[in-house]
Amino acid sequence: MEGGAVAAQSSRHEVTDAVVRFAGDSGDGMQLTGTQFTQATAMAGNDLATFPDFPAEIRAPAGTTYGVSAFQIHFGSKVIRTSGDEIDVLVAMNPAALKTNIDDLRRGGLVILDTGAFTARNLSKAGYETSPLEDKSLEGYRILEIDMSRMTVEAVKDHGLGNKDALRCKNMWALGLIDWLYARDRTINENWLRQKFEKFPEVAEANIAALNAGHAFGETADFPTEFGAAYVAPARIEPGTYRALTGAEGAAMGLVAGAKLAGLPMLFAGYPITPASALLHTLAPLKDFGVTTFQAEDEIAAICAAIGGSYAGALGVTSSSGPGIALKTEALGLAIATELPLVVVNSQRGGPSTGLPTKTEQSDLYQAVYGRNADSPLAVIACHSPGDAYYAAIEACRIAVRYMTPVIFLTDGYIGNASEPWRIPDFEEHTPFPVRFRTDPEGYKVYERNLETLARAWVKPGTPGLLHRIGGIEKDHLTGNISYDPENHQRMTDARRAKILGIAKDIPAQEVDHGQNGGEIAVVGWGSTYGPISRAVSGMRANGHDVSHIHIRHIWPLPENLGELLRSYKTVIVPEMNTGQLVTVLRSEYLVDCKPVNKVNGKPFRIVEIEDAIQAHL
Amino acid sequence: MNEVIQPALKAKDYATNQEVRWCPGCGDYAIIKAVQKTMADIGADPANTVFVSGIGCAARFPYYMETFGFHTIHGRAPSFATGIKLVNPDLDVWVVGGDGDGLSIGGNHTMHAIRRNVDITYLLFNNEIYGLTKGQYSPTSRRGTRSPSTPDGSIDSPVNALSFALGANARFVARGIDRRQDHLPGVLARAHSHKGCSFVEVIQNCIVYNDGAFEHFTEKDVKADTQIECVHGELLLFGKDKKRGLRLNHDSLELETVIIGENGITEDDIIVHDETNRTIAGALARMEPPHFPMAIGVLYCDPADQSYEKAVLRQNRAVAEKATTKGDMNALLRRGATWDVAT
Repeated sequence: MEGGAVAAQSSRHEVTDAVVRFAGDSGDGMQLTGTQFTQATAMAGNDLATFPDFPAEIRAPAGTTYGVSAFQIHFGSKVIRTSGDEIDVLVAMNPAALKTNIDDLRRGGLVILDTGAFTARNLSKAGYETSPLEDKSLEGYRILEIDMSRMTVEAVKDHGLGNKDALRCKNMWALGLIDWLYARDRTINENWLRQKFEKFPEVAEANIAALNAGHAFGETADFPTEFGAAYVAPARIEPGTYRALTGAEGAAMGLVAGAKLAGLPMLFAGYPITPASALLHTLAPLKDFGVTTFQAEDEIAAICAAIGGSYAGALGVTSSSGPGIALKTEALGLAIATELPLVVVNSQRGGPSTGLPTKTEQSDLYQAVYGRNADSPLAVIACHSPGDAYYAAIEACRIAVRYMTPVIFLTDGYIGNASEPWRIPDFEEHTPFPVRFRTDPEGYKVYERNLETLARAWVKPGTPGLLHRIGGIEKDHLTGNISYDPENHQRMTDARRAKILGIAKDIPAQEVDHGQNGGEIAVVGWGSTYGPISRAVSGMRANGHDVSHIHIRHIWPLPENLGELLRSYKTVIVPEMNTGQLVTVLRSEYLVDCKPVNKVNGKPFRIVEIEDAIQAHL
Repeated sequence: MNEVIQPALKAKDYATNQEVRWCPGCGDYAIIKAVQKTMADIGADPANTVFVSGIGCAARFPYYMETFGFHTIHGRAPSFATGIKLVNPDLDVWVVGGDGDGLSIGGNHTMHAIRRNVDITYLLFNNEIYGLTKGQYSPTSRRGTRSPSTPDGSIDSPVNALSFALGANARFVARGIDRRQDHLPGVLARAHSHKGCSFVEVIQNCIVYNDGAFEHFTEKDVKADTQIECVHGELLLFGKDKKRGLRLNHDSLELETVIIGENGITEDDIIVHDETNRTIAGALARMEPPHFPMAIGVLYCDPADQSYEKAVLRQNRAVAEKATTKGDMNALLRRGATWDVAT
């Protein structure tokens, strides 16, 4: 075959979309490979969605099935909403990767194997009694056997690396081959390698040599036509400037934007926890944006420092995952009682307890809405995609400062790690919500409320004439002095509740994402189920079914029109990656007999699973 | 409080109009009096002062101080204080808490505020008991303490607050006593003037649940022989006639009490207090009656170049100045690889 992406297009068969999964040992660099292919694919103008899936162990014993790390990407010339139900191309760097991923490959799909890793020892570690390359167990799939290990060592031999280091370049060899397969411009991968290994140019050049060798292999090898190179046209997407964005990046930039729109510096205090740490890492370098990051001694100290930051006049932000949020609960109560703004990001993961740290779940909705001692209302917002994380984070900041309240911002491990092409907004188009600190001592009452928002005034310590004390003991509804008066506690409890419920007047009415108001079936989701629900509903609508998709961002308070909207459908289905949490809230709030659809296997819903659930109610 | 800061505020001007709810006779009354006197002595600006506390009897302190005050949750006051200082390093932040608050539930935060060297003044009121929860033994209670939760006597060994602080690499460690109004304000003023985390243990009598726990070194008739005031550059002498002193035993490398004039001991044998000597500070912190006098005053003071929050902000500024995005949101949003999709 001739080289050169453009020239090759005529000889390539065109596909509208494809799903590729890179799978190997957790030390094989599969996440890097996937991320680099994502960058090249984004630059080629395809729409895309990714699903990084990796073990909790940093370096599980090599060759084991539990040490397999995978990165899946779904890309196409059409709008892509999920990382794909089935794989078209599986790159398996060893037997364990083949074994744990082959079931997701569609019949007739392509497996690209590194035969160099299919040793007797590795086959045994993966639990194969006979080699799948010989025992016909791979019949029905197309198999491309390549000794990538040997070819990589060969390709980098002039770069002075030892055999072990040379072999570490084989993920780039695989990337080069897949770049060729889909006509990707690998310059972006080369540039990235040179930047990453700036201080080790020989390593950079060895990796580039492997990348080029993989690519050249694709160009020159005499493949049977059915393995042939594919062409995926650019997607027809909204004009604009785009970048690839992960959920962690989206949330981080949204928080920075939110603080800026509020006119505040940000104090972000966190403690390392998977999968939330990415947010701390992303924010830590952003010092020119008025961001101070603080790695606290524990989760409790992190939220307390963030509240201290808000008390002093910054936007306090803390972030964790479910187990860490549990530790922060008491301090959340203090932020509620002292009515200070705070944004708490929860990157949800599988639970209970330590659970599945690297696997996704959306099972902290109860925790967010209900999970505190006493009557402790706060606002809860959930984002549904990496790009949406940006806007949802801004909204969380807005509500926190306008209503002087903690806001829990729910994202999850899937959104955090997944990436998608994102149309970059113009920051100047966002509406600012500048904070006005009270400085006027005249008539100041610590807990006097704004009649519209019911929020108390925010006073920075250091402001002359406004000396006051606040704390967790119940306070007089005006002066803020300690009060054990029974009527006052009733009044304050009612006020805290009314303030949070009143936010419903200040958020958009719930819209139907896809479909119409009223009808046979509504599929109601929240968070990262957006992609599969959206795709399932649009597919079923195209087949003439009366199904609509509603996706809820404001989990608490819920939009004012939501009850009426839900009652306008005969059947309401609520798919969630938990055992039924939003469904409970909806039933209890609206007495609507919503039907739960649940899944907690650490992986996102497949489109077909949502379709089956809808089908069952048709 | 007037808007304009009056330079000549008196101790009583730092008191709020709130009804004080400590038990009559509580040592906390004496401590707050000493703190308010200190505030007047140092001319503290109430509007620039924040008292932060956790939970416990001592933690009610902010309600009674005519400054800014934040009564937070059990054990976490140092963390709130750290957040406050990171946002506004110019605020004068005091943390107040008891032994349960600071050394049990909040021990972790106390340790980290100290080792980070956040510029706060931490007053730990040690009454060796849980008062607000009605008298259980605390992490500083001596072994054998009988309490509702240890009716047959406590089993575990207590923590020494100052040894703990020194172990966390404290740069300022001092001790005062509620009953020593003649001494305590001076210690507090020194603590306040120290840049970085200053840790002060204040021995405090709980009149209801642990009354008299410290009388063996605080009663008038014994205190001269059971307390030693550490003053930088002066001999470590004690006793009514200052004839007793501390000597370093060069064989055991431990302190010992000696009497000048006996066994050939002269003033030359007595240690001169050097508050920058960490080793001696550790030994002084550990001393307890009956074998030793209780060391009070500034045991250790060796300021670092810069407190934590100042260093953080300095780094923030330095990095920000070099940043290519220069705080421009659109530059941040567009950083990295981008591509254009035309109409």
